[in-house]
Amino acid sequence: MSDIYSEIILDHYKKPHNAGHIKHDTNHAEEDNPLCGDNIKIYIKVSDKKIIEDISFEGEGCAISQASASILTDFLKGKPVAQAKKITTEQMYDMLKIEISPARSKCALLALRTVKSALS
Amino acid sequence: MPKIDSKKIKKLFPIFSKKENKNLVYLDNAATTQRPKVVIDAIKDFYETHNSNIHRGIYDLSEKATNMYEGTRLHVSKFINAKSSEEIIFTKNTTESINLLAYTLSDNMLQKGDRVITTALEHHANFVPWQTMAKKKGFILSVVPVKEDYTLNMEEFEKLIKEPNVKLVCVSAMSNVTGTIPDIKKIIKRAHEVGALVMVDGAQSIAHEHTDVQKMDCDFFVFSSHKMFGPFGVGVLYGKKQLLEKLPPFLYGGDMIKSVKETCTLFNDTPWKFEAGTPSVADVVAFKKAMEFIDELGIENIKKYEMSLAKKAVEMLKKHKQVKIIKPKNLELSGPVISFVIEEIHPHDIAEVFNKEGIAIRAGHHCNQPLMASLGIPATARISFSIYNTEDDIKRVDIALKKLFKLFKK
Repeated sequence: MSDIYSEIILDHYKKPHNAGHIKHDTNHAEEDNPLCGDNIKIYIKVSDKKIIEDISFEGEGCAISQASASILTDFLKGKPVAQAKKITTEQMYDMLKIEISPARSKCALLALRTVKSALS
Repeated sequence: MPKIDSKKIKKLFPIFSKKENKNLVYLDNAATTQRPKVVIDAIKDFYETHNSNIHRGIYDLSEKATNMYEGTRLHVSKFINAKSSEEIIFTKNTTESINLLAYTLSDNMLQKGDRVITTALEHHANFVPWQTMAKKKGFILSVVPVKEDYTLNMEEFEKLIKEPNVKLVCVSAMSNVTGTIPDIKKIIKRAHEVGALVMVDGAQSIAHEHTDVQKMDCDFFVFSSHKMFGPFGVGVLYGKKQLLEKLPPFLYGGDMIKSVKETCTLFNDTPWKFEAGTPSVADVVAFKKAMEFIDELGIENIKKYEMSLAKKAVEMLKKHKQVKIIKPKNLELSGPVISFVIEEIHPHDIAEVFNKEGIAIRAGHHCNQPLMASLGIPATARISFSIYNTEDDIKRVDIALKKLFKLFKK
């Protein structure tokens, strides 16, 4: 595990992947952390075979919340919906490859919470 | 009067000499201050030498403990220049002091349709209790807004105070976000002219400004020991005696009674009728040492020193174009609290990078979401000074900011 502002986190924060609003999304959701003002909107296009064909996000907030949305949407593209629904906190932290303190867990998990809400 | 020698003073606070804190720059004094050795020693001394319960033992140990506890009450009354120690009630913190008032005033002095005025500068502690009571009892709650320069909008206050049935004004003597010091004297004068009572929240001002409740002529004044070098777990509610006597008790139980029969209870006199159950005796006793510590330094010296730091910090922050300072421009109208935001860098990221540099600052909404909403921001980063802070601390913040900008450079 490396420093919280690792190159990966900062790269995703500065140049987020999958940013914007995809066309023809079948599912979407918006969640926020009212205490810190982080906000994430997730748009997902699910195929007939229940595969995540496309996914994007919009949002604002701290580096951790925005980078984790970028990293998670990268990971989920092409994955079955069933798998996305089962992602755990630990798997999310593993994807970020940084030490998440209890104070920042809400930031790190906001994108995952939003994805699950979009798929529920 | 002695001048403030921050390096010497810092040595009186054991936390700074611990090896794990060697690098610590503590700039979250608006949340809680550090404690000098004299205060920590007083807690230990109480438990080791005088430990016993108060107000009931017919033995020397308890009598001594009672005298020490009541000695702090007397000292508080002198510290804020109350008429008598019977106007001083111990609670567990400012929040409890305000709740005590919110409940007892709502039961006794306020009626449905009455107006309560509070301000957008208030900490949630001086907002949520009144909002809740207003909903429960049918009071009308008005909120004085903040102007673009982060001072209180006195024109709006003037409009609100002229509304019918204004019975209570609840206002902070210093904002915990912007450091704003409202014109308390004028607010009290106008409130009294329309027959309203005034409760002043002194949680932030108490360690930085001289407090004279008689001169101020407030009806109630509340603050906490832990923001003025004293222990956690001790709050104060000052009230004019004739008002406190009219209020019913807040909590019921032991120590707040004169006699109890199966069918009725005769309550104790003010202030003891508000202090049900065993208080945090050792902490109250040690609190006296914190006030003596401030007295020895002189509150005016403290203010002068801290404001000189605040001025230097504002000058340093101004050199960074990306930084927006959330504080009245006229430093005379504010205390040593500086909020700021940086475009495109969230306050949590600022605080996290500062933490890596050994600098403790606060980031968030500071328990003041209505103010954040009116400023149109979710959160700020906040620096707040005390007497052990130095110019070196400001240099360290400058370095941390440069590192932050480098890290987040797009």
